[in-house]
Amino acid sequence: MRKIYLLAAAAALLAAPAFATDNTITIGFTDSQTGKLNVDSQGQSRGYDFWRDEVNAKGGIDVGGKKYKIQFVNYDDQSVGGRVQQLYTRLINHDKAQFLFGPYSSGMTAPATVVTEEYKKIMLDSGGAEEKPFQQGNKYLYMVITSAGHYLSGAVDALKAKDPHAKVAIVYSDDPFSKAVATAAIPQAKAAGLDVVMEASYAPSTTDFGPIVNKIISSGADAFLGGGHYADGATLARQLHEQKARMKFMAILVAPSDNKFAELGEGALGVTFPSQWEPQVSYKPDFGPSSAEFVKAFEAKYHQVPDYHAASGYADGLILQHAIEQAKSLDTDKVAAALNATDATIFFGHIKFAVDAGNHGLQAAHSMVLGQWQKENGKLVKQVVWPEAAASAKMLYPIPATMN
Amino acid sequence: MLGFLASVIDGVLVGFVYGLAAMGLTLIWGVMDVVNLTHGVMIVCGMFALYALINTLGIPPYVALLPVLVGGFIVGAGLYWLAIHRVVGRPALMSLLSTFSVNLVLVGLGTAVLGTGLFNVDVSIPGFSLGRYTFPGAHIVAAIMAALIAYALYLFLGHTKIGKAVRAVANNREAAELVGVPTTRVLAFTVGTGVAIAAVAGMLIATLFPFTVLSGDDYTLKSFVVTVLGGFGNPLGALFAGVALGVLEGAITPFVPVSWTLVIEFALFVVVLIAFPGGLFAPRRGAL
Repeated sequence: MRKIYLLAAAAALLAAPAFATDNTITIGFTDSQTGKLNVDSQGQSRGYDFWRDEVNAKGGIDVGGKKYKIQFVNYDDQSVGGRVQQLYTRLINHDKAQFLFGPYSSGMTAPATVVTEEYKKIMLDSGGAEEKPFQQGNKYLYMVITSAGHYLSGAVDALKAKDPHAKVAIVYSDDPFSKAVATAAIPQAKAAGLDVVMEASYAPSTTDFGPIVNKIISSGADAFLGGGHYADGATLARQLHEQKARMKFMAILVAPSDNKFAELGEGALGVTFPSQWEPQVSYKPDFGPSSAEFVKAFEAKYHQVPDYHAASGYADGLILQHAIEQAKSLDTDKVAAALNATDATIFFGHIKFAVDAGNHGLQAAHSMVLGQWQKENGKLVKQVVWPEAAASAKMLYPIPATMN
Repeated sequence: MLGFLASVIDGVLVGFVYGLAAMGLTLIWGVMDVVNLTHGVMIVCGMFALYALINTLGIPPYVALLPVLVGGFIVGAGLYWLAIHRVVGRPALMSLLSTFSVNLVLVGLGTAVLGTGLFNVDVSIPGFSLGRYTFPGAHIVAAIMAALIAYALYLFLGHTKIGKAVRAVANNREAAELVGVPTTRVLAFTVGTGVAIAAVAGMLIATLFPFTVLSGDDYTLKSFVVTVLGGFGNPLGALFAGVALGVLEGAITPFVPVSWTLVIEFALFVVVLIAFPGGLFAPRRGAL
């Protein structure tokens, strides 16, 4: 009940327009406090908040010798794409946001970019991986994460390394993000020499995957790539296990990166998932905290291990901060120029933005890792298994048939 | 061929559960012309009740049936007094709005308290295999239980005094009142029963698939299709229509691209509606 009062109080506070003062920088964004995207979006927002609190605790961002504190203005977009444009317009015109962070998911980011670009405001995107908005000549839009087209590249490489002739079924949810991921993965798998024996999309409202799993079994596939979001991805994993589809390799989007995926028990064992970041990664940062420092500080504050949404949200802030400090100015074009020139490694990985007109702002350097659910002392834990250089454990391959 | 058969059997098993879920909706619809838009959220309540009972009391999954049934009935009766009593007999839009509001409040509360993350109840019962195709035990048990509960409801409506009162109110509320049937209590009882069935269906679904706070929407949609196919207000028809829908899903999938399943399903739905405007199993007057 207290939570609800707090929410109400927070909503009331947020409803009041924010007035930028001389020594604050106002950053606006929408997040999905309610609706189907709430889990991931709240993770991302926690990353934003964590970055803001750390910066403010150190006195703020240094802009040419003067310190500026960070102030956020954010609204609940209710996980509804139609709300986003209205709210970003409000953030820019009414709340006078100087910079913007993206909402969560591709479906919400695309409509927001129309508004931010029209008003020539910089938006850092850490929640929408779809490439399309970046291929329309936008100049003030920057993607900090790996784009959808490369989501399953690591899974394809990892599978190829284990079995160059694996028979793959690629089955994905018919939503913009999953579709973008899978349609890119299909030619990648074929180019890698894998035998793609089944390609199919399913309606996001699918509840029973029994017949689909039977079809996968009929196709003779021994590896599975695909999925979509939470309920569907988890159901697929559970039914592939229960119906003894005996996949040697499974890479499923989104659902397995949630810690609660372990509730699937044996059904979770061996399932791999592409991840923008995992706590175990060990990049050497040029600035900002190391991965271990980030995890430790985050855990101390929120009493939970940060997921990649929190990490990517924090990365958004860190990259913007770096660009402002480099530009020594809050002027949009100067900061945009600094973002264009960014080529640095942070705890989240290597960040560099494409600057050619056809892909401007797309992430050009960051790469994903492949996580896998493995057993350690009888408990299911997440390990990083690919790329091998960043791995925290060896990949479990094939997934033991007795278990599957 | 074996794959086709396997998918059809899977469809039958899941279809019984779809059918049971829809029975809760169609019962309320048939008796008082109220479309209960809290249906999905009540299914979700059943799912979470099972999750909570297993994780706090550690009871075996199917023992949860009784508490879920009783709890569902109490919640349903409460729902009647809160949101339905004042709108029975008023234009349909009124009951749609009032139950939709309750639905929004409950989904909002659920999201605020539980988030929209994943929940799973691990039920492992050995199933049986047909060549390379396997039917999980939980699916078989859920189908049998759904069929038994449906049959019990059928017997209850047909052979008990309260059941007869429910049917009398469904047929003609004023006439029932004239012969001394306490119609308001009967209506509250009906909503209680309808919601209890939805909750039990939710509980059974939770033994089959992982779920989230928002899973209700998908099952509401399915329940509507099943209710319409089965004939408005015909509980047994709903059960058959549920199985028909499951079989259809199972039978189509092996032959067409997976993404076409829904298109074909709804195309057939329209055809059925044109050919049989009252549904495939349209009730005779007073069949309830």
